[in-house]
Amino acid sequence: MRTVIVDYESGNLHSAQKAFQRMADETGAGEVIVTSDPDTVRAADRIVLPGDGAFPACRKELFDHRGLFEAMEEAVIHHARPFLGICIGMQMLATRGLEYTPTPGFDWIPGEVVRIDPADPALKVPHMGWNDLVIDQPHAIFDGIKTGDHAYFVHSYHMRVANPAHLLAHVDYAGPITAIVGRDNILGMQFHPEKSQRVGLRMIANFLAWRP
Amino acid sequence: MLKVRIIPCLDVADGRVVKGVNFVDLRDAGDPVDAARAYDAAGADELCFLDIHATHENRGTMFDVVRRTAEQCYIPLTVGGGVRTPADVRALLLAGADKVSFNSAAVANPDVVAQAADQFGSQCIVVAIDAKTVSPGKWEIFTHGGRKPTGIDAVEFARLVASKGAGEILLTSMDRDGTRAGFNLPLTRAISDAVDIPVIASGGVGNLDHLVEGVTLGGASAVLAASIFHFGDYTIRQAKDHMAAAGIPMRLDQ
Repeated sequence: MRTVIVDYESGNLHSAQKAFQRMADETGAGEVIVTSDPDTVRAADRIVLPGDGAFPACRKELFDHRGLFEAMEEAVIHHARPFLGICIGMQMLATRGLEYTPTPGFDWIPGEVVRIDPADPALKVPHMGWNDLVIDQPHAIFDGIKTGDHAYFVHSYHMRVANPAHLLAHVDYAGPITAIVGRDNILGMQFHPEKSQRVGLRMIANFLAWRP
Repeated sequence: MLKVRIIPCLDVADGRVVKGVNFVDLRDAGDPVDAARAYDAAGADELCFLDIHATHENRGTMFDVVRRTAEQCYIPLTVGGGVRTPADVRALLLAGADKVSFNSAAVANPDVVAQAADQFGSQCIVVAIDAKTVSPGKWEIFTHGGRKPTGIDAVEFARLVASKGAGEILLTSMDRDGTRAGFNLPLTRAISDAVDIPVIASGGVGNLDHLVEGVTLGGASAVLAASIFHFGDYTIRQAKDHMAAAGIPMRLDQ
């Protein structure tokens, strides 16, 4: 089995690759490679889309050249391969993002990416640090994970899903912040599983074992 | 609920921890990667490396330390020291840092913060502010390890770098650093109230009550300490339990 981490110049993927490869080794899930080659993405058994930075810039990199979006669409939508978006890679799943300027996303999970606006003005944005997950719906990604487990977040925008059935987990920050979204073979995590110690590594292992 | 973070900071010179780290079963008290791994296992919420002799010539050593740490520690890592340009930020991010900290370069040219934030996102740009009390309720930025006054008001500067896109401020009270007398709380509170971004309190921690005060009185989102952890005075777990007992939300599971 081969899992690819899509490289579209959105930042360092070395530590993400190490975390995924470590869990793949522990669970016998094959190899994890970083690639920016559309054909390699198209042929992958599982796809991870990371991402840091601003929504419009990330979208531009994925759509403007190289055919990376088309490759992911073929693998994920047409061939139903398991997909995991992380941070901005998760936000890309939405219908559109509102960071800087309204920008269309993949529209794989209907919703909008909006600025975090905590009801308590003393709370800081970005939402940065460890917050405890509230599991909204059972899912294979939560094997060994319970409500109250912590994950590491760093973001100023978050996805508001149009269909509550797509919200798998949230955290509280003077109001709900979307933590995990999913439908069918598609998952997205706002937090960084590769920076979330035991909890994150367990969810990475769960993703690698997931048979949607 | 978001938890308050405890961040052990390691001063690194030429790839070695300055003064060493004396706790648990470190094979090599001077190896930053070993120390980072021990802090990761001990439940630290993030790690910070400060390259205190950063020069172009010895940069490669720090990149190697960052790379090996990022391969083995699954918590966020901030790296600072000698960061001057967006190219420096990029090189450290590619080595495996999650956040990169500007210090004197941001004082000399605050626009470098905007350039780096535009290029890499605010989430990975930290500005380290070293400030001293110059009169009651007045704090000034000092550079060069606290030796060089700049005439710049610390609160104004914090607002400025936040508006330029900094994602976080690492605030060190230079008149407290190394004293073990506790954070400069009025300074911490003034900066924390002045900006919407998280503030990490640093400088002067001597006991666990100081950590509590940094949050309850200083308004900090995170607390950074070095010697109380490195010398084994307290474990990360003791610090977390003490802060939790004082009513501060902490991450106690691992």
